[in-house]
Amino acid sequence: MIKIVIFLLSFSFLLGQSDEMTVQDIIKAMDDNLNAKSRVLTSKMIVHGRRASRTIESRNWVVGIDQAFTEYLSPPREAGTKMLKLYDKLWTYSPQTDRVIQISGHMLRQSVMGSDMSYNDMMEDRPLEELYEATLEGSVLIDGRDHWIMHLEAKVKGLSYSKRRAWIDKEYLLPMKEELYGKSGKLLKTSTMDGIKKVQGRWFPSRFIFKDELKRNSKGTEWRIDDIEFDAEIPKSRFSKAKLRK
Amino acid sequence: MIKFLTKGIIRDRSRSLFPVLVVTLAVAMIIFFQGFFTGIMNSMFLDSAVVSTGHVKVMTRGYKEESQLLPNDLALLGTDQLVNELGQDYPDLFWSPRITFGGLLDVPDENGETQAQGPVLALGIDFLSPKSRQIEIWKLERRLIDGRLPENANEALLSTRLAGQLGLSSGETVTLIGSTMYNAFTTFNFTVVGTFKLNLGPVDRQMMLVDITGARLALDMENASSEILGYTNSLYYDDTAAVALRGRYNKINSDSTDIFSPIMMALRDTNQMGTMVDYMSAASGLIVGVFLVISMIVLWNMGLMNGLRRYGEIGMRLAMGESKGQVYRSMIMESVVIGFIGTIIGTAMGLGLTYYMQEVGLDYSDAMESLGSTEIIMSNVFYAQVTPELYYIGFIPGVLATVLGTMLAGRAIYKREMAQLFKELET
Repeated sequence: MIKIVIFLLSFSFLLGQSDEMTVQDIIKAMDDNLNAKSRVLTSKMIVHGRRASRTIESRNWVVGIDQAFTEYLSPPREAGTKMLKLYDKLWTYSPQTDRVIQISGHMLRQSVMGSDMSYNDMMEDRPLEELYEATLEGSVLIDGRDHWIMHLEAKVKGLSYSKRRAWIDKEYLLPMKEELYGKSGKLLKTSTMDGIKKVQGRWFPSRFIFKDELKRNSKGTEWRIDDIEFDAEIPKSRFSKAKLRK
Repeated sequence: MIKFLTKGIIRDRSRSLFPVLVVTLAVAMIIFFQGFFTGIMNSMFLDSAVVSTGHVKVMTRGYKEESQLLPNDLALLGTDQLVNELGQDYPDLFWSPRITFGGLLDVPDENGETQAQGPVLALGIDFLSPKSRQIEIWKLERRLIDGRLPENANEALLSTRLAGQLGLSSGETVTLIGSTMYNAFTTFNFTVVGTFKLNLGPVDRQMMLVDITGARLALDMENASSEILGYTNSLYYDDTAAVALRGRYNKINSDSTDIFSPIMMALRDTNQMGTMVDYMSAASGLIVGVFLVISMIVLWNMGLMNGLRRYGEIGMRLAMGESKGQVYRSMIMESVVIGFIGTIIGTAMGLGLTYYMQEVGLDYSDAMESLGSTEIIMSNVFYAQVTPELYYIGFIPGVLATVLGTMLAGRAIYKREMAQLFKELET
């Protein structure tokens, strides 16, 4: 009997916790799930082009939101290409030209490796809490799972997406689906995630799908996380321009 | 009879010099104007064909729809085979693959850091194939300002304006930053081996020319091309033939449900060239036509005047017993001879002048430079063009109008009565 009471109390506590969360709590929980002190991951980006699909494998080292280093492993043409993000600057190194080139200005709007993601998308890693004012629009059941619908309005100038609408799973506290809008209110991109797993105590998706809604006939880009390690020790030297040429 | 009449014409200067001069000048002017307008038209069409449109060109349906964005992910694949097939099916044209792409040119300093950067519109052209006529039709040897033509895949020519803007000269290395045909980021080093000036207004402002093999390496476009351009072997654009060819090709090869299916376009289908083709043909036809009519009226009038001037002579010949028909026929025969001589001299003069303008041209660079930008590619120098029709077009006004004028004037011969003739002779 005591066991049953404890179970019911715990269950009601869990349910109550979700429903009583404020918008700020939800957005912070999402940021906590998606961001970490550091992470090292190996992933595959499957770019579904209009003609064929390509798989690009890479290894990433990320510290906080300001430092990231990516090395492309395959296909052969991309292998050895490296990218370094330091705060608001982005450099790329290509072994074919042996040049380190800073990507800036309108180049940041270009696609990363032909995917539906732009360099700007890569650069905007800051927590949503800092960038957007959020309001809850309601709840909805998707595939039998309860989701909040959250509307986010930019509170910082110069963002790529001035409005977002996110469908947040109430258990995972992850934006399972997002619509990203431009200043004019035009839908620019959509993203979804699935394959949610518990990794080092947090829920994390193993697959993201990005779709550039402005690309005609685009089938989107899949980003599959093969392995990920949170809060890993990464030496500072990893995030130096000298590392690009090595 | 002709010999007799010719002697008469030559001996009587009043019957030969002025009429022959008038016919000569009229014919020479008609030929020159026709040659000059044809030259301007063909020069404009050829410049446009060389730089972007071809006389006809083949691309995928998807590429055609988005051509303004240079969508190389919708490029033609298996280009070598396509070029061979086009060559076999349409031997009156030669075919050349082309890759058009945009990007940034990044100039490194001595440490490999960016020193200068600027946008570029690059063309990957088949310069290096043994049978390629691209260097000839681009007139690159004439247009090269500095350096030499590319000999390898990684060599590039820059327009003088782009080179000046980036502070580049021959021998320096420049990095292209662009997108592959899979839209992936790409960088590729080219060595600048020379600079060129097209003299086509603003077209070459940001232009880089590389061999197609270099473009393929840079953009990961193995055996692919944005378009395949076709040119008539004579380099003369025949709009009717091009439109018919486009219709035949698309009927057999193009599938409207498949965005990767090839589609052919004629020169008139691109860059507002259709309006230009129609406008130029109509304007040229109208101007030459008006001039032709004026010349015919002048020559006709000359025939009339000549007939009236010889009123007394005709009367004398009739009085001496020549029949009216004989007199009439001899006058017509004379006008044929005058018209023929004048036309031959006029044609020779007109052709000479046209040929001179074909070689030297009329330079109006300053006027073109003042144009900000235009989609229509126009040469800074107008050249005339000697075409086969120039060899015979002068005979229409030169002989026909002169003869018609004489025929009209000669009708008076039949109205004259014998009794009246003798009266006239007495006075």
